[in-house]
Amino acid sequence: MTLPLPDPMLPMRFRVVERFDEQPGVASLALVPVEDAMPLFRPGQFNMLYAFGIGEAAISISGDPHEHGWMVHTIREVGAVSRALARIHPGGMLGLRGPFGAHWPLRRQSGRHLLFVAGGLGLAPLRPAILQALREKTRYASLTLVCGARAPEQMLYRDEVDGWARQPGMDVLRIVDHANAGWTGRVGVVTTLLGAALGPHDPESVSAFVCGPEIMMRFTARDLAIAGVPGGRIWLSLERNMKCAIGRCGRCQWGPDFLCRDGPVLPYDRVARRLAIKEL
Amino acid sequence: MTRIEIEALLADHPDFHQFTAAERARLAAWAREERYPAGTTIFNEEDPADTVFLLLEGDVAVQNALPGGPPVIIETLHTGDMLGWAWLVPPFRRMSDAIAQTDVRAVGLDAAGVRALCNAHPEMGYRLFQNWLPHLVQRFRSQRLQILDVYSERSR
Ligand SMILES: Cc1cc2nc3c(=O)[nH]c(=O)nc-3n(C[C@H](O)[C@H](O)[C@H](O)COP(=O)(O)OP(=O)(O)OC[C@H]3O[C@@H](n4cnc5c(N)ncnc54)[C@H](O)[C@@H]3O)c2cc1C
Ligand code: FES
Repeated sequence: MTLPLPDPMLPMRFRVVERFDEQPGVASLALVPVEDAMPLFRPGQFNMLYAFGIGEAAISISGDPHEHGWMVHTIREVGAVSRALARIHPGGMLGLRGPFGAHWPLRRQSGRHLLFVAGGLGLAPLRPAILQALREKTRYASLTLVCGARAPEQMLYRDEVDGWARQPGMDVLRIVDHANAGWTGRVGVVTTLLGAALGPHDPESVSAFVCGPEIMMRFTARDLAIAGVPGGRIWLSLERNMKCAIGRCGRCQWGPDFLCRDGPVLPYDRVARRLAIKEL
Repeated sequence: MTRIEIEALLADHPDFHQFTAAERARLAAWAREERYPAGTTIFNEEDPADTVFLLLEGDVAVQNALPGGPPVIIETLHTGDMLGWAWLVPPFRRMSDAIAQTDVRAVGLDAAGVRALCNAHPEMGYRLFQNWLPHLVQRFRSQRLQILDVYSERSR
Protein backbone atom coordinates (compact mmCIF):
# COMPACT_ATOMS: atom_id res chain seq x y z
CA MET A 1 0.00 0.00 0.00
CA THR A 2 1.35 3.46 -0.81
CA LEU A 3 0.63 6.36 1.47
CA PRO A 4 -0.95 9.40 -0.18
CA LEU A 5 1.61 12.18 -0.72
CA PRO A 6 0.96 15.25 1.43
CA ASP A 7 -0.68 18.11 -0.44
CA PRO A 8 2.24 20.52 -1.17
CA MET A 9 -0.13 23.48 -0.80
CA LEU A 10 -1.23 22.49 2.68
CA PRO A 11 0.97 23.80 5.49
CA MET A 12 2.01 21.35 8.20
CA ARG A 13 1.93 22.62 11.77
CA PHE A 14 5.35 23.08 13.33
CA ARG A 15 6.26 24.20 16.84
CA VAL A 16 9.19 26.48 17.65
CA VAL A 17 11.35 24.63 20.17
CA GLU A 18 14.24 27.07 20.30
CA ARG A 19 14.90 30.60 19.15
CA PHE A 20 18.32 32.25 18.82
CA ASP A 21 18.80 35.98 18.39
CA GLU A 22 21.56 36.06 15.78
CA GLN A 23 21.76 39.87 15.61
CA PRO A 24 19.24 42.71 15.86
CA GLY A 25 16.36 41.83 13.52
CA VAL A 26 17.67 38.36 12.67
CA ALA A 27 16.63 35.19 14.51
CA SER A 28 17.04 31.46 13.95
CA LEU A 29 14.19 29.13 14.84
CA ALA A 30 14.44 25.41 15.53
CA LEU A 31 11.18 23.72 14.53
CA VAL A 32 9.59 20.32 15.12
CA PRO A 33 6.47 18.96 13.40
CA VAL A 34 3.33 18.69 15.51
CA GLU A 35 1.55 15.88 13.60
CA ASP A 36 3.68 15.01 10.57
CA ALA A 37 7.02 13.28 10.07
CA MET A 38 10.10 15.48 9.87
CA PRO A 39 10.60 16.27 6.17
CA LEU A 40 14.02 15.48 4.67
CA PHE A 41 15.77 18.22 2.74
CA ARG A 42 18.88 18.85 0.68
CA PRO A 43 21.22 21.80 1.27
CA GLY A 44 20.02 24.89 -0.61
CA GLN A 45 16.30 24.05 -0.49
CA PHE A 46 13.70 26.28 1.11
CA ASN A 47 10.39 26.07 2.93
CA MET A 48 7.34 28.27 2.77
CA LEU A 49 6.79 29.40 6.36
CA TYR A 50 3.34 30.61 7.29
CA ALA A 51 2.78 33.08 10.09
CA PHE A 52 -0.85 32.26 10.92
CA GLY A 53 -3.23 35.00 9.94
CA ILE A 54 -0.48 37.09 8.35
CA GLY A 55 1.03 35.30 5.39
CA GLU A 56 3.71 33.09 3.93
CA ALA A 57 7.35 33.71 2.97
CA ALA A 58 10.03 31.58 1.35
CA ILE A 59 12.79 30.88 3.89
CA SER A 60 15.87 28.75 3.24
CA ILE A 61 16.68 25.85 5.47
CA SER A 62 19.81 26.75 7.43
CA GLY A 63 20.20 23.69 9.68
CA ASP A 64 22.29 20.56 9.46
CA PRO A 65 20.88 18.08 6.90
CA HIS A 66 21.99 15.23 9.18
CA GLU A 67 20.10 16.59 12.18
CA HIS A 68 16.73 14.91 12.07
CA GLY A 69 15.45 16.17 15.43
CA TRP A 70 14.47 19.64 14.23
CA MET A 71 14.67 22.02 11.25
CA VAL A 72 16.39 25.38 11.45
CA HIS A 73 15.56 28.60 9.59
CA THR A 74 17.27 31.98 9.90
CA ILE A 75 14.93 34.89 9.32
CA ARG A 76 15.59 38.58 8.84
CA GLU A 77 12.75 40.95 9.63
CA VAL A 78 12.04 42.94 6.46
CA GLY A 79 8.22 43.02 6.33
CA ALA A 80 5.05 41.82 8.01
CA VAL A 81 5.53 38.08 7.48
CA SER A 82 9.22 37.82 8.28
CA ARG A 83 8.74 40.05 11.33
CA ALA A 84 5.93 37.85 12.66
CA LEU A 85 7.93 34.67 11.99
CA ALA A 86 11.18 35.90 13.51
CA ARG A 87 9.39 36.92 16.70
CA ILE A 88 7.72 33.57 17.43
CA HIS A 89 9.01 32.33 20.76
CA PRO A 90 9.51 28.73 21.91
CA GLY A 91 6.17 27.01 22.20
CA GLY A 92 4.67 29.13 19.40
CA MET A 93 3.40 27.59 16.16
CA LEU A 94 3.76 28.24 12.46
CA GLY A 95 2.84 26.51 9.21
CA LEU A 96 5.47 24.93 6.97
CA ARG A 97 5.35 23.67 3.39
CA GLY A 98 8.12 22.00 1.47
CA PRO A 99 11.09 21.62 1.18
CA PHE A 100 11.10 22.98 -2.34
CA GLY A 101 13.55 23.84 -5.09
CA ALA A 102 16.91 22.84 -6.50
CA HIS A 103 19.78 22.15 -4.11
CA TRP A 104 23.51 22.88 -4.15
CA PRO A 105 24.91 19.96 -6.21
CA LEU A 106 27.58 19.12 -3.66
CA ARG A 107 27.78 15.40 -4.22
CA ARG A 108 28.62 15.85 -7.91
CA GLN A 109 31.84 17.71 -7.03
CA SER A 110 33.92 14.79 -5.73
CA GLY A 111 37.65 15.43 -5.99
CA ARG A 112 37.20 19.15 -6.63
CA HIS A 113 38.10 22.24 -4.60
CA LEU A 114 34.92 23.58 -3.00
CA LEU A 115 34.66 27.32 -2.57
CA PHE A 116 31.72 28.77 -0.63
CA VAL A 117 31.22 32.51 -0.95
CA ALA A 118 28.65 33.99 1.43
CA GLY A 119 27.51 37.59 1.76
CA GLY A 120 25.49 38.69 4.79
CA LEU A 121 22.49 36.45 5.39
CA GLY A 122 23.58 34.39 2.37
CA LEU A 123 25.51 32.22 4.79
CA ALA A 124 22.17 30.76 5.98
CA PRO A 125 21.32 28.78 2.80
CA LEU A 126 24.99 27.75 2.48
CA ARG A 127 25.29 26.49 6.06
CA PRO A 128 23.71 23.05 5.40
CA ALA A 129 26.06 22.56 2.43
CA ILE A 130 29.11 23.59 4.49
CA LEU A 131 28.11 21.23 7.32
CA GLN A 132 27.65 18.40 4.85
CA ALA A 133 30.97 19.13 3.13
CA LEU A 134 32.76 19.21 6.49
CA ARG A 135 31.25 15.86 7.39
CA GLU A 136 32.46 14.26 4.16
CA LYS A 137 35.55 16.36 3.52
CA THR A 138 37.66 13.46 2.28
CA ARG A 139 35.49 13.47 -0.86
CA TYR A 140 36.82 16.90 -1.83
CA ALA A 141 40.27 18.26 -2.63
CA SER A 142 39.81 21.25 -0.30
CA LEU A 143 37.19 23.44 1.38
CA THR A 144 37.31 27.24 1.51
CA LEU A 145 34.72 29.66 2.87
CA VAL A 146 34.78 33.36 2.04
CA CYS A 147 32.40 35.35 4.21
CA GLY A 148 31.43 38.98 3.79
CA ALA A 149 29.30 41.06 6.14
CA ARG A 150 28.33 44.67 6.51
CA ALA A 151 30.16 45.15 9.82
CA PRO A 152 31.88 42.97 12.43
CA GLU A 153 28.78 42.84 14.66
CA GLN A 154 26.71 41.64 11.68
CA MET A 155 28.75 38.52 10.97
CA LEU A 156 26.26 35.66 10.99
CA TYR A 157 26.96 32.50 13.06
CA ARG A 158 30.22 34.10 14.18
CA ASP A 159 31.19 31.55 16.84
CA GLU A 160 30.36 28.65 14.58
CA VAL A 161 32.42 30.11 11.73
CA ASP A 162 35.32 30.54 14.20
CA GLY A 163 34.95 26.81 14.91
CA TRP A 164 35.01 25.95 11.20
CA ALA A 165 38.16 28.06 10.79
CA ARG A 166 39.89 25.90 13.41
CA GLN A 167 39.00 22.65 11.65
CA PRO A 168 41.80 21.07 9.66
CA GLY A 169 41.05 21.03 5.96
CA MET A 170 38.88 24.16 6.00
CA ASP A 171 40.11 27.65 5.16
CA VAL A 172 37.97 30.57 6.25
CA LEU A 173 38.51 34.11 4.98
CA ARG A 174 36.39 36.92 6.41
CA ILE A 175 35.89 40.53 5.47
CA VAL A 176 33.53 43.35 6.41
CA ASP A 177 32.39 46.34 4.38
CA HIS A 178 32.78 48.80 7.24
CA ALA A 179 34.52 48.79 10.60
CA ASN A 180 35.52 51.29 13.21
CA ALA A 181 39.18 52.01 13.88
CA GLY A 182 40.72 49.34 16.07
CA TRP A 183 39.20 46.39 14.18
CA THR A 184 42.09 44.15 13.20
CA GLY A 185 40.33 42.07 10.53
CA ARG A 186 39.97 42.80 6.84
CA VAL A 187 37.82 45.62 5.47
CA GLY A 188 36.60 45.59 1.88
CA VAL A 189 34.24 43.55 -0.27
CA VAL A 190 34.21 39.77 -0.69
CA THR A 191 35.50 39.95 -4.24
CA THR A 192 38.85 41.26 -2.98
CA LEU A 193 39.37 37.88 -1.25
CA LEU A 194 38.72 35.70 -4.28
CA GLY A 195 42.35 35.74 -5.44
CA ALA A 196 43.51 34.51 -2.03
CA ALA A 197 40.66 31.99 -1.87
CA LEU A 198 41.50 30.47 -5.25
CA GLY A 199 45.13 30.50 -4.16
CA PRO A 200 47.26 27.91 -5.85
CA HIS A 201 44.30 25.82 -7.08
CA ASP A 202 43.76 25.25 -10.76
CA PRO A 203 40.56 27.32 -11.30
CA GLU A 204 39.28 24.60 -13.65
CA SER A 205 39.07 22.27 -10.65
CA VAL A 206 37.16 24.70 -8.41
CA SER A 207 33.40 24.41 -7.77
CA ALA A 208 31.93 27.57 -6.26
CA PHE A 209 28.68 28.03 -4.33
CA VAL A 210 27.74 31.66 -3.98
CA CYS A 211 24.93 33.14 -1.92
CA GLY A 212 24.18 36.68 -0.85
CA PRO A 213 22.60 39.86 -2.20
CA GLU A 214 22.16 39.53 -5.94
CA ILE A 215 24.63 42.25 -6.82
CA MET A 216 27.28 40.62 -4.65
CA MET A 217 26.65 37.28 -6.39
CA ARG A 218 26.87 38.95 -9.81
CA PHE A 219 30.25 40.54 -9.08
CA THR A 220 31.57 37.41 -7.39
CA ALA A 221 30.52 35.02 -10.15
CA ARG A 222 31.89 37.33 -12.81
CA ASP A 223 35.28 37.59 -11.08
CA LEU A 224 35.42 33.81 -10.55
CA ALA A 225 34.64 33.23 -14.23
CA ILE A 226 37.31 35.75 -15.28
CA ALA A 227 39.77 33.90 -13.02
CA GLY A 228 39.00 30.70 -14.96
CA VAL A 229 36.41 28.88 -12.83
CA PRO A 230 34.03 27.25 -15.36
CA GLY A 231 30.63 29.00 -15.50
CA GLY A 232 28.92 25.62 -15.16
CA ARG A 233 30.77 25.05 -11.87
CA ILE A 234 29.60 28.26 -10.21
CA TRP A 235 26.16 28.09 -8.58
CA LEU A 236 24.12 30.99 -7.24
CA SER A 237 20.94 31.03 -5.16
CA LEU A 238 18.45 33.48 -6.64
CA GLU A 239 15.50 34.98 -4.82
CA ARG A 240 12.24 36.32 -6.14
CA ASN A 241 8.98 36.55 -4.24
CA MET A 242 7.10 33.29 -4.21
CA LYS A 243 3.52 32.22 -3.80
CA CYS A 244 2.74 28.58 -4.66
CA ALA A 245 6.40 27.41 -4.54
CA ILE A 246 5.50 24.39 -6.73
CA GLY A 247 5.81 25.85 -10.22
CA ARG A 248 2.11 26.57 -10.80
CA CYS A 249 1.37 30.26 -10.29
CA GLY A 250 4.23 31.92 -12.17
CA ARG A 251 4.87 34.47 -9.41
CA CYS A 252 8.57 33.62 -9.23
CA GLN A 253 9.17 33.55 -12.97
CA TRP A 254 12.56 34.89 -13.94
CA GLY A 255 13.14 34.68 -17.67
CA PRO A 256 12.51 31.07 -18.71
CA ASP A 257 12.85 29.74 -15.13
CA PHE A 258 10.40 29.41 -12.30
CA LEU A 259 12.78 29.98 -9.41
CA CYS A 260 10.74 27.89 -6.97
CA ARG A 261 11.06 24.82 -9.20
CA ASP A 262 14.10 25.34 -11.47
CA GLY A 263 15.98 27.30 -8.78
CA PRO A 264 16.69 28.86 -6.41
CA VAL A 265 20.12 27.29 -7.03
CA LEU A 266 21.16 27.77 -10.66
CA PRO A 267 24.47 27.55 -12.52
CA TYR A 268 26.07 30.84 -13.52
CA ASP A 269 26.42 29.92 -17.21
CA ARG A 270 22.63 29.68 -17.36
CA VAL A 271 21.92 33.02 -15.68
CA ALA A 272 24.91 35.27 -16.43
CA ARG A 273 23.18 37.23 -19.22
CA ARG A 274 19.93 37.53 -17.29
CA LEU A 275 21.69 38.90 -14.23
CA ALA A 276 22.76 41.92 -16.25
CA ILE A 277 19.23 42.74 -17.49
CA LYS A 278 17.92 45.79 -15.71
CA GLU A 279 14.82 45.52 -13.53
CA LEU A 280 14.27 41.81 -14.32
CA MET B 1 68.03 46.12 3.37
CA THR B 2 70.67 46.79 0.71
CA ARG B 3 69.96 48.24 -2.69
CA ILE B 4 70.81 44.86 -4.27
CA GLU B 5 68.26 43.17 -2.00
CA ILE B 6 65.62 45.71 -2.98
CA GLU B 7 66.38 45.11 -6.67
CA ALA B 8 66.00 41.35 -6.12
CA LEU B 9 62.75 41.96 -4.32
CA LEU B 10 61.41 44.10 -7.17
CA ALA B 11 62.47 41.38 -9.62
CA ASP B 12 60.24 38.91 -7.72
CA HIS B 13 57.28 41.25 -7.43
CA PRO B 14 54.44 40.61 -9.94
CA ASP B 15 54.24 44.32 -10.80
CA PHE B 16 57.95 44.97 -11.21
CA HIS B 17 59.41 41.79 -12.61
CA GLN B 18 58.72 42.85 -16.19
CA PHE B 19 60.86 45.98 -15.81
CA THR B 20 64.42 45.72 -17.16
CA ALA B 21 67.23 45.21 -14.67
CA ALA B 22 68.41 48.76 -15.41
CA GLU B 23 64.95 50.15 -14.64
CA ARG B 24 64.73 48.22 -11.41
CA ALA B 25 68.16 49.53 -10.44
CA ARG B 26 66.95 53.09 -11.05
CA LEU B 27 63.85 52.48 -8.92
CA ALA B 28 65.87 50.82 -6.17
CA ALA B 29 67.95 53.98 -5.89
CA TRP B 30 64.80 55.70 -4.59
CA ALA B 31 63.74 52.85 -2.31
CA ARG B 32 64.33 52.03 1.34
CA GLU B 33 63.01 49.48 3.77
CA GLU B 34 60.37 50.72 6.20
CA ARG B 35 59.05 49.04 9.35
CA TYR B 36 56.02 49.96 11.44
CA PRO B 37 55.10 48.09 14.63
CA ALA B 38 51.44 47.11 15.06
CA GLY B 39 49.28 50.05 16.08
CA THR B 40 51.56 52.79 14.75
CA THR B 41 50.57 55.45 12.26
CA ILE B 42 52.18 55.19 8.82
CA PHE B 43 50.72 58.49 7.68
CA ASN B 44 47.86 60.84 8.43
CA GLU B 45 45.34 62.60 6.20
CA GLU B 46 46.82 65.84 4.76
CA ASP B 47 50.43 64.71 5.30
CA PRO B 48 52.62 65.20 2.23
CA ALA B 49 52.33 62.07 0.06
CA ASP B 50 56.09 61.71 -0.23
CA THR B 51 56.35 57.91 -0.19
CA VAL B 52 54.55 55.07 -1.87
CA PHE B 53 54.68 51.72 -0.09
CA LEU B 54 54.95 48.22 -1.43
CA LEU B 55 53.75 45.99 1.43
CA LEU B 56 56.08 43.06 2.03
CA GLU B 57 54.47 41.83 5.24
CA GLY B 58 51.60 42.86 7.43
CA ASP B 59 48.19 44.50 7.29
CA VAL B 60 47.35 48.19 7.05
CA ALA B 61 44.03 49.91 7.81
CA VAL B 62 43.21 52.88 5.60
CA GLN B 63 40.81 55.04 7.58
CA ASN B 64 39.17 58.43 7.77
CA ALA B 65 38.11 60.49 10.74
CA LEU B 66 34.41 61.31 11.12
CA PRO B 67 33.21 64.33 13.06
CA GLY B 68 31.98 63.29 16.49
CA GLY B 69 32.71 59.59 16.04
CA PRO B 70 35.55 57.12 15.89
CA PRO B 71 37.49 56.92 12.62
CA VAL B 72 36.07 54.46 10.09
CA ILE B 73 38.22 51.93 8.27
CA ILE B 74 37.58 52.25 4.53
CA GLU B 75 39.70 49.30 3.45
CA THR B 76 42.56 47.15 4.60
CA LEU B 77 45.66 46.41 2.55
CA HIS B 78 47.85 43.34 2.82
CA THR B 79 51.08 41.69 1.69
CA GLY B 80 51.71 42.45 -1.98
CA ASP B 81 49.40 45.50 -2.06
CA MET B 82 50.51 49.05 -2.79
CA LEU B 83 49.72 51.64 -0.18
CA GLY B 84 49.17 55.23 -1.30
CA TRP B 85 47.95 56.82 -4.48
CA ALA B 86 47.96 60.51 -3.58
CA TRP B 87 51.62 60.58 -4.63
CA LEU B 88 50.44 60.33 -8.25
CA VAL B 89 48.37 63.48 -8.44
CA PRO B 90 48.85 67.07 -7.21
CA PRO B 91 48.70 68.41 -4.55
CA PHE B 92 50.43 65.19 -3.36
CA ARG B 93 48.73 65.11 0.04
CA ARG B 94 47.38 62.05 1.83
CA MET B 95 43.63 61.55 1.59
CA SER B 96 43.34 59.10 4.51
CA ASP B 97 45.16 57.85 7.58
CA ALA B 98 47.10 54.58 7.34
CA ILE B 99 47.58 52.55 10.53
CA ALA B 100 49.59 49.34 10.89
CA GLN B 101 47.14 46.63 12.08
CA THR B 102 50.02 44.19 12.55
CA ASP B 103 53.79 44.64 12.32
CA VAL B 104 54.40 45.97 8.83
CA ARG B 105 57.46 45.70 6.64
CA ALA B 106 57.44 47.57 3.34
CA VAL B 107 59.57 49.01 0.59
CA GLY B 108 59.05 52.76 0.53
CA LEU B 109 59.66 54.48 -2.79
CA ASP B 110 60.40 58.18 -2.71
CA ALA B 111 57.46 59.72 -4.58
CA ALA B 112 59.26 62.76 -6.03
CA GLY B 113 62.15 60.55 -7.14
CA VAL B 114 59.84 58.07 -8.87
CA ARG B 115 57.91 60.88 -10.59
CA ALA B 116 61.19 62.37 -11.81
CA LEU B 117 62.26 58.94 -13.10
CA CYS B 118 58.98 58.57 -14.95
CA ASN B 119 59.43 61.98 -16.59
CA ALA B 120 63.00 61.17 -17.60
CA HIS B 121 62.12 57.67 -18.87
CA PRO B 122 58.56 57.87 -20.22
CA GLU B 123 58.55 54.26 -21.41
CA MET B 124 59.28 53.08 -17.90
CA GLY B 125 56.77 55.56 -16.50
CA TYR B 126 54.10 54.21 -18.85
CA ARG B 127 54.81 50.66 -17.69
CA LEU B 128 54.67 51.74 -14.08
CA PHE B 129 51.25 53.28 -14.63
CA GLN B 130 50.07 50.21 -16.55
CA ASN B 131 50.96 48.09 -13.54
CA TRP B 132 49.52 50.53 -11.05
CA LEU B 133 46.19 51.04 -12.71
CA PRO B 134 44.79 47.51 -12.10
CA HIS B 135 45.40 48.00 -8.36
CA LEU B 136 43.54 51.28 -8.44
CA VAL B 137 40.74 49.84 -10.57
CA GLN B 138 40.30 46.94 -8.17
CA ARG B 139 40.10 49.26 -5.20
CA PHE B 140 37.78 51.62 -7.04
CA ARG B 141 35.40 48.75 -7.95
CA SER B 142 35.51 47.48 -4.42
CA GLN B 143 34.59 50.89 -3.03
CA ARG B 144 31.72 51.20 -5.52
CA LEU B 145 30.30 47.97 -4.13
CA GLN B 146 30.76 49.26 -0.59
CA ILE B 147 28.82 52.41 -1.48
CA LEU B 148 25.95 50.24 -2.76
CA ASP B 149 25.74 48.86 0.79
CA VAL B 150 24.56 45.50 -0.51
CA TYR B 151 23.98 43.98 2.93
CA SER B 152 21.61 46.68 4.10
CA GLU B 153 17.97 45.81 4.89
CA ARG B 154 16.95 47.59 1.70
CA SER B 155 18.94 45.54 -0.76
CA ARG B 156 18.21 42.00 -1.82
C1 LIG C 1 14.25 30.87 -2.21
C2 LIG C 1 14.21 31.95 -1.18
C3 LIG C 1 14.88 31.78 0.02
C4 LIG C 1 14.82 32.77 1.00
N1 LIG C 1 15.46 32.55 2.18
C5 LIG C 1 15.36 33.47 3.17
C6 LIG C 1 15.96 33.23 4.44
O1 LIG C 1 16.60 32.19 4.68
N2 LIG C 1 15.83 34.17 5.38
C7 LIG C 1 15.14 35.33 5.16
O2 LIG C 1 15.05 36.15 6.07
N3 LIG C 1 14.59 35.60 3.96
C8 LIG C 1 14.66 34.69 2.97
N4 LIG C 1 14.05 34.93 1.76
C9 LIG C 1 13.43 36.23 1.54
C10 LIG C 1 11.99 36.30 2.04
O3 LIG C 1 11.21 35.30 1.45
C11 LIG C 1 11.45 37.67 1.65
O4 LIG C 1 12.17 38.68 2.29
C12 LIG C 1 9.96 37.86 1.93
O5 LIG C 1 9.51 38.83 1.03
C13 LIG C 1 9.66 38.35 3.32
O6 LIG C 1 8.28 38.62 3.41
P1 LIG C 1 7.70 39.87 4.24
O7 LIG C 1 6.22 39.83 4.10
O8 LIG C 1 8.28 39.83 5.61
O9 LIG C 1 8.29 41.12 3.56
P2 LIG C 1 7.73 41.85 2.25
O10 LIG C 1 6.48 42.60 2.60
O11 LIG C 1 7.68 40.86 1.13
O12 LIG C 1 8.89 42.85 1.99
C14 LIG C 1 9.07 44.00 2.83
C15 LIG C 1 10.14 44.87 2.27
O13 LIG C 1 11.37 44.15 2.24
C16 LIG C 1 11.88 44.10 0.95
N5 LIG C 1 12.40 42.75 0.76
C17 LIG C 1 11.71 41.67 0.36
N6 LIG C 1 12.54 40.62 0.28
C18 LIG C 1 13.75 41.04 0.64
C19 LIG C 1 15.01 40.41 0.76
N7 LIG C 1 15.20 39.11 0.43
N8 LIG C 1 16.06 41.15 1.18
C20 LIG C 1 15.91 42.43 1.48
N9 LIG C 1 14.74 43.08 1.38
C21 LIG C 1 13.67 42.41 0.96
C22 LIG C 1 10.70 44.34 0.03
O14 LIG C 1 11.16 44.96 -1.18
C23 LIG C 1 9.86 45.27 0.84
O15 LIG C 1 10.31 46.59 0.70
C24 LIG C 1 14.11 33.97 0.76
C25 LIG C 1 13.45 34.15 -0.46
C26 LIG C 1 13.50 33.17 -1.42
C27 LIG C 1 12.78 33.37 -2.70
S1 FES D 1 5.96 30.56 -6.79
FE1 FES D 1 4.38 29.85 -8.04
S2 FES D 1 5.46 29.24 -9.80
FE2 FES D 1 7.04 29.69 -8.41
